[in-house]
Amino acid sequence: MGLKPQNLHKEPILNCSVTFKINGEERNVSIQPWVSLLDCLRDHLNLTGTKKGCDHGQCGACTVLCDGKRILSCLTLAVMKDGAEITSVEGIAKGDDLHPIQQAFIDHDAFQCGYCTPGQICSAIGLLNEGKAGSREEVKELMSGNLCRCGANVGIIDAIMQVKDGGSYE
Amino acid sequence: MELNKTVGKSISRLEGKLKVTGAAKYAAEYKVDDLLHGYVVSSPVTKGKITKIDTSRAMAIPGVIEVLSHENRPKLAWFDLQYMDMDAPPGTVFKPLYDENILYNGQPIALVVARDFETARYASAQIDFEFEEEIFQTCLEDNLDKARPAKKGFATALKPPPPPPTGEFETAFANAAVKVESEFQHGTEHHNPIELFATTTVYEGKGKLTIYDKTQGTINNQLFVANIFGLRYKNVRVLAPFVGGAFGSGLRPQYQLFLCVMAALHLKQNVRVVLDRKQMFSFSHRPPAIQKMRFASDMNGRLTALGHEVVAETSNFEDYTEPTASWSHRLYPAPNTLFKHKIVPLDVYTPMDMRAPGGSTALHAIECTMDELSYKLKIDPLELRLINYSDVDQASKKPYTSKALRECYLQAAEKFGWKDRNPEPRSMKRGNKLVGYGMATGIWDAYQFPARVQLMMNSDGLLVVNNATTDIGTGTLTVMTQIAADELGLSLENVDFRYGDSKKPFSMFQGGSAITSSTGVAIVVAARALRKKLLKKAAEMNSSPFKKAGDEDVFFESGNMHLKKDPAVMISLKDIIAFNKGIPIKTTNMGKPHMLKLRKYSLATHSASFVEVEVDQDVGTVTVTRAVTAVAAGKIINPKTARSQILGSMIWGVSKALHEETIMDAKLGKYMNANLGEYHIPVHADIGELDVIFADEKDELINELGTKGVGEIGLVGMPAAISNAIFHATGKRIYKLPIHFDELI
Repeated sequence: MGLKPQNLHKEPILNCSVTFKINGEERNVSIQPWVSLLDCLRDHLNLTGTKKGCDHGQCGACTVLCDGKRILSCLTLAVMKDGAEITSVEGIAKGDDLHPIQQAFIDHDAFQCGYCTPGQICSAIGLLNEGKAGSREEVKELMSGNLCRCGANVGIIDAIMQVKDGGSYE
Repeated sequence: MELNKTVGKSISRLEGKLKVTGAAKYAAEYKVDDLLHGYVVSSPVTKGKITKIDTSRAMAIPGVIEVLSHENRPKLAWFDLQYMDMDAPPGTVFKPLYDENILYNGQPIALVVARDFETARYASAQIDFEFEEEIFQTCLEDNLDKARPAKKGFATALKPPPPPPTGEFETAFANAAVKVESEFQHGTEHHNPIELFATTTVYEGKGKLTIYDKTQGTINNQLFVANIFGLRYKNVRVLAPFVGGAFGSGLRPQYQLFLCVMAALHLKQNVRVVLDRKQMFSFSHRPPAIQKMRFASDMNGRLTALGHEVVAETSNFEDYTEPTASWSHRLYPAPNTLFKHKIVPLDVYTPMDMRAPGGSTALHAIECTMDELSYKLKIDPLELRLINYSDVDQASKKPYTSKALRECYLQAAEKFGWKDRNPEPRSMKRGNKLVGYGMATGIWDAYQFPARVQLMMNSDGLLVVNNATTDIGTGTLTVMTQIAADELGLSLENVDFRYGDSKKPFSMFQGGSAITSSTGVAIVVAARALRKKLLKKAAEMNSSPFKKAGDEDVFFESGNMHLKKDPAVMISLKDIIAFNKGIPIKTTNMGKPHMLKLRKYSLATHSASFVEVEVDQDVGTVTVTRAVTAVAAGKIINPKTARSQILGSMIWGVSKALHEETIMDAKLGKYMNANLGEYHIPVHADIGELDVIFADEKDELINELGTKGVGEIGLVGMPAAISNAIFHATGKRIYKLPIHFDELI
């Protein structure tokens, strides 16, 4: 413990003003530059549907959609996304109408504890947007950045395949 | 009268919508005003003493409120007993920030409290510690000379030591016609639920706290907090309505709870403490174990001797054991047996129950040894199990209350296509892949704990069901709602099960696959009392047709009470409450196991797993392409959520056999892969086709519901079935889990 780095700062870090469109609503936050998009959503905007499982890009629980693409919000600083359009799990349903993926997750019992679920759902929608996955094997491969410790894997892939093949996804 | 029953039907999880929309709140997600954030500082040293702490640099950072360590922490309870929890093994409970001593690597040594999370995390790296390091031992293999039996204590009741030897084991084994002797090695595993351990403590003033905690036992943690901090039980409320996985890690109160409450009381403010993923490896794990197996049989495959000797790790402060050595005799008869369980205390944190503790480790060794024996005997592995089948638990000499294991074997073998197997190793191929079929048996205890339930029939026809249990993702909310709805003849919408709150009537922690039988039976008992009260009230009405009716003369359906002999005579439950001036009719009752009756029986769930693997001939990679597990677990309340429990635990079996392992560097005394990138659990691409069968098993002895629990049994047989399939594919027996590709090249 011989190493004694100097404090990086003695004064409070200045806040930055960041504006995003989150779940269709314009939100402005005054935030320090070291705040991740994940912590910004959870701690500053009270959007706790997005989950923290590892905080360094290994579990996928924090997946959100940024301009339609799935990203890991824990590896993204909030200030990097000024002007972006973010969709978190809270913005997937249209009012009381669940998105087909959400309904398919319930129908296929694609979760148990529910903690990885928001990330799986955002990732699944991102995957369908990408249009790359054809076969079940490809879907499994391209969903493999989202861990599920309860072992709901079979239901998750079944749910995605149903929406992908069933045509109920716009 | 069975028209609208919900038990036995596949009902989707009632909390499903909350979970898919992000509305379900977990411990770190409650919005609380003026919240302070705590960040734990972990010891980089494995053993020794803290000789100096300088917090001046951290305290100078704007936004830092306090740094708590053993030097400045508030005065605490002194006696070990006050730190005991319901799952504490014999020994001395670990007390965070108690003194300068470091007992293991990663031990919490300070808590930084700041206005925001980022500042707390940053400041946690700005504290200067000096340590006096001591020599430590963290390697099980290097310390086998220290192996000794575990001390006995409170926890011994649930985890008895193995039974004494029977017959003449050594002589019988030495002279046996056919025998197998081998040694199995299991590494450390960590529970790693995806939700990080977290506590939000709301400081209510006047010695009162509301605590949102990640736990499997709200009352367990309520008592723990009250005892340590000298608070009244009624002033400590622990809430855990949603728990993001736990798998045993929440059976004991973890240190973030202690630190969070300490900071809240000290600062008289609301505080949240969330561990990081690395810190998730700093408390509780499945212990590494070495198992020496010696099984023998006669020429016809009848077992004559069973030897199972276990040496497993524990900490230097508590004697953790898990039932490991005695399982083989609960499955197979043999006149000569020798079972031993010893532990080696090391400089690590105390191990803890992790999904199917003991059973999943033991059955891997037992069922691989049976497989090896079947090859020596040239008897089909399934046939060898059937030759040694018994409806009597040989360890206790008691019959099982029910045991549909034979049906599991036959139904799973049929569905899997076991008959197509060529027994010769390396005989089956698919392109460049060697194909192997393997099978194994699973067995797990059918526990039931005492539980209290309050039922309350309201004027709007809503039945409120109160119990303190959690729902860690098992489907408890849905299953309890089904049981209560059927008992009172209501639809699911008219039942509100309220749980995850220490203020509710008693429940043990949610472990041992026991809650369906525990809280579920309490609901049945309370419903009986409530029906009696409703009938009594209805009989008080003027010219009531129910005046002379006894409990057996009525039935409840669609929100009404009917006379059995004339179902047209009925009254709605709402009208009964209206007659009671709108005051809810309620009852609180205890459900408990029928110890006297059950004393004569053995209680267990069983399973049979059949697995196909493909092993790449060039690079040795293993894929579980398909698996079938048949489970006998009494009545299945909800086949949909129960199937998910079995699927999930089968995946745990794949993980245990092929993926997960915490690697200890014994020179540094620390875990080297304390993150989810290097601690491998199966990803979607690792999972093949999985099938679940529930064998029909009617059990009228075990409890009022006939249930046995399904949370763990699906894991127990899988690791051995996979290992046996790998042997069949490759001709190689690997005695160490997880099995790596390099061992198969």
